[in-house]
Amino acid sequence: MRVTGLLSQRGYNIESLTVARTLDPALSCMTIVVDVDATLRQQVIKQMNRLINVLQATDLTEAPSVVRELILVRIRTPLESRTAVLKEAEIFGGRVVDSSTEGYAIEATGDPEKLNEFVDVMRAYGEIDVTRSGPLAIALENKKLRLQPPVPTRAGLELVPEPRQ
Amino acid sequence: MSTLMNGATMLLECLVREGVDCMFGYPGGVTLPLYDALYEHHVRHVLVRHEENAAFAAEGYARATGKTGVCCATSGPGATNLTTGLVDAMMDSIPIVAITGQVSSKLIGSDAFQEADTFGLTRPCTKHNFLVKRLEDLAQTVHEAFYIASSGRPGPVLVDVTKDVLTGQGHYQPVTSIHLPGYKVFTEGHTGQIRRAAQMIQEAHRPLIYSGGGIVAAGASAELRRLVELTDIPVVTTLMGLGTMPSSHPNFISMPGMHGSYAANLAMTNSDLLIALGVRFDDRVTGRLAAFAPHAKVIHVDIDPAEVGKIRTPEVPIVGDVKRVLAKLNKLIEESPLPADEARTAERRAWWRQIRAWKEEHPLQATTSDSEIKPQHLMAELDRLSQGEAIICSDVGQHQMWAAQLIRFNEPRLWINSGGLGSMGFGLPAAVGAQFARPDKLVFALVGDGGFQMSIPELGTIASQALPIKIIVMNNGYLGMVRQWQELFYNNRLSAVTLDCFPDAEKLAGSYGFKGKTIEKPWELAGALEEAMREPGPYLLNVKVTPFECVYPMVPAGGAIQEMVLGPPQPVAVPAK
Repeated sequence: MRVTGLLSQRGYNIESLTVARTLDPALSCMTIVVDVDATLRQQVIKQMNRLINVLQATDLTEAPSVVRELILVRIRTPLESRTAVLKEAEIFGGRVVDSSTEGYAIEATGDPEKLNEFVDVMRAYGEIDVTRSGPLAIALENKKLRLQPPVPTRAGLELVPEPRQ
Repeated sequence: MSTLMNGATMLLECLVREGVDCMFGYPGGVTLPLYDALYEHHVRHVLVRHEENAAFAAEGYARATGKTGVCCATSGPGATNLTTGLVDAMMDSIPIVAITGQVSSKLIGSDAFQEADTFGLTRPCTKHNFLVKRLEDLAQTVHEAFYIASSGRPGPVLVDVTKDVLTGQGHYQPVTSIHLPGYKVFTEGHTGQIRRAAQMIQEAHRPLIYSGGGIVAAGASAELRRLVELTDIPVVTTLMGLGTMPSSHPNFISMPGMHGSYAANLAMTNSDLLIALGVRFDDRVTGRLAAFAPHAKVIHVDIDPAEVGKIRTPEVPIVGDVKRVLAKLNKLIEESPLPADEARTAERRAWWRQIRAWKEEHPLQATTSDSEIKPQHLMAELDRLSQGEAIICSDVGQHQMWAAQLIRFNEPRLWINSGGLGSMGFGLPAAVGAQFARPDKLVFALVGDGGFQMSIPELGTIASQALPIKIIVMNNGYLGMVRQWQELFYNNRLSAVTLDCFPDAEKLAGSYGFKGKTIEKPWELAGALEEAMREPGPYLLNVKVTPFECVYPMVPAGGAIQEMVLGPPQPVAVPAK
């Protein structure tokens, strides 16, 4: 909520957002695609980093990274084109996860643009429904999280409060 | 082992350990346990008359001292009423902690009586906010709230506490450390950049210091003054930065921006090096951005990395505590001054001559009249009585701008106003907070007749607490600033700006048990103000001023700051018959 609120508050358009736990179950990792002018990218990152429970925000637009997305396509297709659909799915690295007399449910992962092409191709074979996960990304450079050390509190330093009246 | 106590007492325990000596609030259903604990606790609670004013009073307290102000409200309407004050504190980077009650954790989400999603509502209104649903998290959270509010770039933090947490029984475990791994506080500033800044400052021909609220927050006035002494650079201070450089100092020019002075705006426009210290290039300062300080390189020092480069990309960005950065910068300039250069010295002299000429050409002057009280005359009288020493808590509008132009401030934290948000109704409650924070100081609440009527209920607080605040109403019978814009930019079609029916000040104050008076002649002004000051208690002075007066200079919205309108349009002479 803090992240989405911040982005809308500052007038940035969120194209997609995925959230999941990290290796440390107390932390989650978000991959966010924001539609902003290149000059504003730095500002978006700075604003995110300002959030107290954001440990680190990184801009992957130009950094070495892998970006993948998962897509689920349900296609209703006549019997005669079923084999062709399977072949096409194979080209895109797709895998059938459900099959019925009406058609298939196919999953595919890949570069988001490649998946757009996959959708176009599938559409040619019949009526389709699509659910996409939104892109997930990982940086290829090993960047260590810079965490802030604990600070002593004023309350801890102060001894006993004044006696009660 | 500490004694068993309920959450409410534990919360007060935390406040005491944070050094809180007074808080401003308004009780309600779910905060009953807290108020019950207050009954026998020595944290002083000041009952205001509206929750919004609790937040403003906490701000007044914080602005006058630098200490974190505390306000408290109940769930639902109590919390929603706080929000204006929270955003106000957010915009001006004022450290306050707001405690709100929330319905019991089991009832959250059920549309219970006086339930509101305070956490969701205040997310964009605060630097950070918390919802405490477990007693074991309470103490840690409250201490974290104080830490976040007061460190780095200060701001408001809200702690929403459910009723079951307030009533639950537990032990207070002293919190010795705070661990917020994602909260980065930048302090030192990049040494290389500071060195570059030192070099550029010494080389510049037409340097200008642009000092803002960050200098106040960092307590860096002494360092700023030192820099000015070392370099003899002229200084403009923003609305939030008034007092960071004493108004009486020869290097102080005045405020730049929409209602800034001719000299300050032209100095900005012609400078070749802008040394921006704890400022955020607010649109009211810069005017049309493309034309703002077009010849200047910029050194921008700010503790918030997101401010650096947000509006103007600086040549030298320095993220750090401006107090420490200035100390280092001064040391560098002191230890390794550039060899004297005649050409540069001549350029600097010419720059100063130019600035003095601008100042003389169109000085900020208080116009007076023999028959009526000019608003500027009122400011000049306040200035005479304050001598740069009194605390002036201003509301928002024309009077605020005239005061900023004409009243001198010799120290920071004397000029208290709602800068970024421009919240009307701020002045009076802020004065309540400021007077509590500084009982030794003369505190003026300088308000317009509009803003005053927004916070009239606080006369009750002032009277019941016997606060010797001098309330000065600059009464022109209009929502003056809005009317000014309608006059100038909407063909003088005055719409919904007439404030007829103002209460009789003497009777109004009298009904609260203190003195009040209305004056409208210029010869009454000085005497009336002096009488107000002699009064040991509160005083309400209603000053009827020339109704149709506009604030000048004025930069029309969207204009460049050097394109000022310096005065009212000259009346066209009617030819004699």
